[in-house]
Amino acid sequence: MSANEKQPLLVIEDLWVQVEDKTILKGIDLTVNYGEVHAIMGPNGSGKSTLANVLAGREGYEVTRGQVTYKGRDLLAMPPEERAREGIFLAFQYPVEIPGVNNIYFLKAAVNAVRKHRGLPELDAMDFLELVKEKMAQMKVREEMLYRAVNEGFSGGEKKRNEILQMALLEPTLAILDEIDSGLDIDALRDVADGVNALRGPERSFIMVTHYQRLLHYIEPDHIHVLAYGEVIRSGDRTLAHELEERGYGWLLEEAGMDAQGAGAP
Amino acid sequence: MSSAEDPLDRLVKSEYKAGFVTDIEEESLPPGLNEDVIRFISAKKGEPDWLLEWRLAAFREWQKMTEPHWAHVHYPPIDYQAISYWAAPKRPEDRPQSLDEVDPELLETFEKLGIPLHERAALAGVAVDAVFDSVSVATTFKDKLAEHGIIFCPLSEAVREHPELVRKYLGKVVPPTDNFFAALNSAVFSEGSFVYIPKGVRCPMELSTYFRINAAATGQFERTLIIADEDSYVSYLEGCTAPMRDENQLHAAVVELVAERGAHIKYSTVQNWYPGDEEGRGGIYNFVTKRGLCKGDYSKISWTQVETGSVITWKYPSCILRGDHSVGEFYSVALSNLRQQADTGTKMIHIGKHTSSTIISKGISAGHGSNAYRGLVKVMDGAEGARNFTQCDSLLMGDTCSAHTFPYIEVRNPSAQVEHEATTSKISEDQLFYCRARGLDAEEAVSLIVNGFCKEVINELPMEFAVEAQKLLGVSLEGAVG
Repeated sequence: MSANEKQPLLVIEDLWVQVEDKTILKGIDLTVNYGEVHAIMGPNGSGKSTLANVLAGREGYEVTRGQVTYKGRDLLAMPPEERAREGIFLAFQYPVEIPGVNNIYFLKAAVNAVRKHRGLPELDAMDFLELVKEKMAQMKVREEMLYRAVNEGFSGGEKKRNEILQMALLEPTLAILDEIDSGLDIDALRDVADGVNALRGPERSFIMVTHYQRLLHYIEPDHIHVLAYGEVIRSGDRTLAHELEERGYGWLLEEAGMDAQGAGAP
Repeated sequence: MSSAEDPLDRLVKSEYKAGFVTDIEEESLPPGLNEDVIRFISAKKGEPDWLLEWRLAAFREWQKMTEPHWAHVHYPPIDYQAISYWAAPKRPEDRPQSLDEVDPELLETFEKLGIPLHERAALAGVAVDAVFDSVSVATTFKDKLAEHGIIFCPLSEAVREHPELVRKYLGKVVPPTDNFFAALNSAVFSEGSFVYIPKGVRCPMELSTYFRINAAATGQFERTLIIADEDSYVSYLEGCTAPMRDENQLHAAVVELVAERGAHIKYSTVQNWYPGDEEGRGGIYNFVTKRGLCKGDYSKISWTQVETGSVITWKYPSCILRGDHSVGEFYSVALSNLRQQADTGTKMIHIGKHTSSTIISKGISAGHGSNAYRGLVKVMDGAEGARNFTQCDSLLMGDTCSAHTFPYIEVRNPSAQVEHEATTSKISEDQLFYCRARGLDAEEAVSLIVNGFCKEVINELPMEFAVEAQKLLGVSLEGAVG
């Protein structure tokens, strides 16, 4: 593996986040090293998606305590577009429709925004088409999707494939996959997972947010964290997934002194 | 969290990018309007008596008329006696014969606006009849057009060289007494373009005119007349920007189109006049009468406009569908930012049998802008089988702007089919975040979303104009949300 192994890419320390006066995340600590794949699991409402959104810079989330360091820089001080240009990619749980904007035009604008930031020449239409076709073949995305409006009228599976295509094009350093498995049939899930696995490498890290263990059969994580009521109640290696598969989340909640309603949580 | 100020807010507040003043000496009349002023204008232009009489008749009618106030726009009263009705660049006698002879400062002005005349003319194959204030200073590609028998010249030249054509068509589509502003224009019109496409000729290039308003407080009264004879085709582009000024400037243009049997006229406008400051001061008042007559059977007139400038816009490019099977189209993007107020739309008058019309209107409101679509679809008794489709979409940015829709539908023939669809939407935070999470900054994101919203209209513009219009929407959403 590369010299980057065990080098921290993202360090989250004591992160507290509030949404409209409600505290969602309560002191998250998490370190993601280069090349690692982390799965964040947990029951609905545990704060998984909040964590993903805070890392990507969505507005409406107030960080009340703690810090996040990305590539040694204060991540929380960066606007969302700068995070994206610096290599953070959020695959959306619900990709957004942009009527009238060709998907290929949008993809090209995104790729060139990132390339420009990295000091690379912007790609012209021909070069971009070549690049996107190559990536589409890898990701099993139909070419026809390029010429439709961004996500408009896409099926659930098409939207997720399109997210992974964007990831492949933007070549992020840290990819955050928010429920990338939701709403996918088994074939689509396999294709999406293949796409993600093809991008794994020593210079790239992943945070996968998921509700279901099934995704972990296709994308094997290095670390698993169970989030409940805004806290990480258990971290472990991939064997934790098997345990969760057999026993569910209940026993972990009990051990953490929480009941299913979150009572006992601070 | 991270980004402090509202991106929309910031875009909305940025500066108007075409704001500068060209320092060329003007020969102007003192402010005021009376018959002597009209005689002066007519004499300056060496017009024949019939045209002077035509102007005077319009003026006398205008004096009896009152300014219309039914539009959804508000502005202080206009003092028509405080306006100067004649301004021309100096040295009108030795007009340049080629671009080399054009005042370099003028060329520089065009450059700043991104309108390099020579490049445009040479590379894009566009013949440009550039109107700088009131007098045409550069006409190109005339010879090439002449080979096809096409006439493309300043209206005043057409009056001298082709009086029979001008006399036959001038004021026939927009009569001098049509409305208050058209009557004013008929009395004092200064310059404009004249186009005649002979039978069966397809005009080999896009015809293009850039109107500029330069002299302070000089009313601009352009008048354009385009005639497409049987089975001919012409695409005409009109684009405008204006320098920043403190006084309100009145613009009351008239455009008349005539399409004979089987002819097709495509008229495209990108309008980027000074929209005024954040308080609405200094913007252009744009009161325009544009109308096309589909005179012959199977004729077609298409209006496409991208209106991002002016503080007041009052404009309804219309089609009179007299010929059987004639077609009228209106594609519009109107953007109101700052304190801009736009009341714009179209009239489709179905007279002939099996006439059809399409109206696609996209209104964008930002800042304290107000955007109104006003459209009339009228189907007369004899318009058997007439069809209309109307779609009005409004996009709101922020919560201090407004959008209004005033559709009027009058149908007197039971076989007509008239459809009207309308939507109103806001740019969502989700859309903005999605774009930003892909590396686009807020301005790029807004521009992208707005251009997507306007796509159906932008697609109707000729290629190079479409690119310009997209940039303009971007810039206006920096300086308006463009």
